[in-house]
Amino acid sequence: MSMHEKNLTELAAGLRAGDYSSVELTQHFLDRIKQRDGELNSFISLSEASALEQAKAADARLKSGEAGPLIGIPIAHKDIFCTQGIKTTCGSRMLDSFISPYDATVVAKLKAEGIVTLGKTNMDEFAMGSSNETSFYGPVKNPWDTTAVPGGSSGGSAAAVAARLAPAATGTDTGGSIRQPAALCGLTGLKPTYGRVSRYGMIAFASSLDQAGPMTTSAADAALLLQGMAGFDRRDSTSADEPVPDYSAGLDGDLTGLKIGLPKEYFDDGLDSAVAKSVEEAIAEYRKMGAEVKEISLPNTHLAVPTYYVVAPAECSSNLARFDGVRYGHRCEDPKDLEDLYKRSRGEGFGAEVKRRIMIGTYALSSGYYDAYYLKAQQVRHLISDDFKHAFEQVDVIMGPTTASTAFGLGEKSDDPVSMYLSDIYTIATNLAGLPGISIPVAPVNGKPVGLQIIGDYFAEARLLNVAHRYQQVSDWHKAVPASFE
Amino acid sequence: MSLERTDVEKIAHLARVEIGGEELDAIASDLSNILDLVEQLSAADTEGVVPMAHPLHMAQRLRPDEVSEENQRELFQSIAPQTEAGLYLVPKVIDQV
Repeated sequence: MSMHEKNLTELAAGLRAGDYSSVELTQHFLDRIKQRDGELNSFISLSEASALEQAKAADARLKSGEAGPLIGIPIAHKDIFCTQGIKTTCGSRMLDSFISPYDATVVAKLKAEGIVTLGKTNMDEFAMGSSNETSFYGPVKNPWDTTAVPGGSSGGSAAAVAARLAPAATGTDTGGSIRQPAALCGLTGLKPTYGRVSRYGMIAFASSLDQAGPMTTSAADAALLLQGMAGFDRRDSTSADEPVPDYSAGLDGDLTGLKIGLPKEYFDDGLDSAVAKSVEEAIAEYRKMGAEVKEISLPNTHLAVPTYYVVAPAECSSNLARFDGVRYGHRCEDPKDLEDLYKRSRGEGFGAEVKRRIMIGTYALSSGYYDAYYLKAQQVRHLISDDFKHAFEQVDVIMGPTTASTAFGLGEKSDDPVSMYLSDIYTIATNLAGLPGISIPVAPVNGKPVGLQIIGDYFAEARLLNVAHRYQQVSDWHKAVPASFE
Repeated sequence: MSLERTDVEKIAHLARVEIGGEELDAIASDLSNILDLVEQLSAADTEGVVPMAHPLHMAQRLRPDEVSEENQRELFQSIAPQTEAGLYLVPKVIDQV
């Protein structure tokens, strides 16, 4: 079995057995990226020199007998995480030449665990998009069908891992940006509870929704990577000061008596019938494992997308005010005065979708409109959150499709923002409520991956990983690799 | 909700984003469509519902007002577009009297 066909546990075992060194493993993936990424455009930057240095240091740690499941494992980071010494663009012209003076907490924590950074993956500009088509660096292609989108905004991370150009990657999820691309590319993608993973050094989009998580080829791998990412951080004012459990310890837990809720609103007319069939087949497997399945209702589901498109743009318009052409980032040529400097630097630095969202947010927060838009949306957000609260009084986990259809074609929705927004219909509500959710691959439709979404109560990541892992013990969909990338 | 070109110009000014005159109509149409989507919220009954500012209803953490970071001005200014003598440079904002 070639190195890129192995999961993180197998790679760690191979490193310890001396089958290959971290330097050899890292070089293997770097070579694969250089040979194959021209077809996908999943990376923005490759950090070859620093990766090989990190790998050499990891080999020394392994040789000294140091324990730690991630030592010497190479991964890719979404280009939203600040990396000292490696360009961090957030998919934007605004940050085309930005080299962060510090590491994001996620990056620093994984580095300390011995992880090697291969490079930075492509993404929708400032994480605003569901198809990876808003990137300044061009769209990413789905390795299962290169005429289709990989999803977004963590589309580069998803495509890279799906094509086995990296064994795992980090992603971020504000309205579905880990789960949706994981579903469309056949991966396991976990969005943890809001506050579980530090946001420090993760370029802010919508601060009350943003959360980082792992994108991997299995739930067991997601457990390993999340272990290295999660935990309290005094540098993030909304970081959760909750103990981090051992995510790998409970993976095999028995599911007899597990109560699964299926929200009827997630299986309505908007859902593709073939996708519905795949999801229902997976749920039938859970029945066989002894789980009890019942229908539930999340009655405010239809309001999630409208609520999100007030809250997220409002927060984005405030967060992105920092890009002013003064302290870092793009500055226009020959500004005639300060206002011209701001307006042209931002007008040139931001792409169309980012400008749209800044303007919607500015409008919603402007004098005379605040109550009708922002306040109203925050009230509806409470209703959406209460829907989940009531559901978790009856069930342990909620299951449904991650997306309403398989990967759509490149260019198919890029001219119609509202139709693009509606593609996140099943993922957005969990961000508004701050809940954790995971997407895992189930039976594909016409050769394209389909995701089953499992939503849990606050800080129930271990339970979600357990539920996901047990399905992966009785199915092989998570092991499938696109034929041309085997 | 339908926005006109002048509305877009006003919002763009508030957001300090330059928009080319030829883009105004397309943006007005896109923003109007997004506001139509958002309009569904007005039908929701939110009488007496407390706005939700934080998913976990967390209180803001406080810390003692002590210096916790070292000065890294040179490092931070090394990535700035234009600096001089430790200052960030911008076009003149005060006219001479």
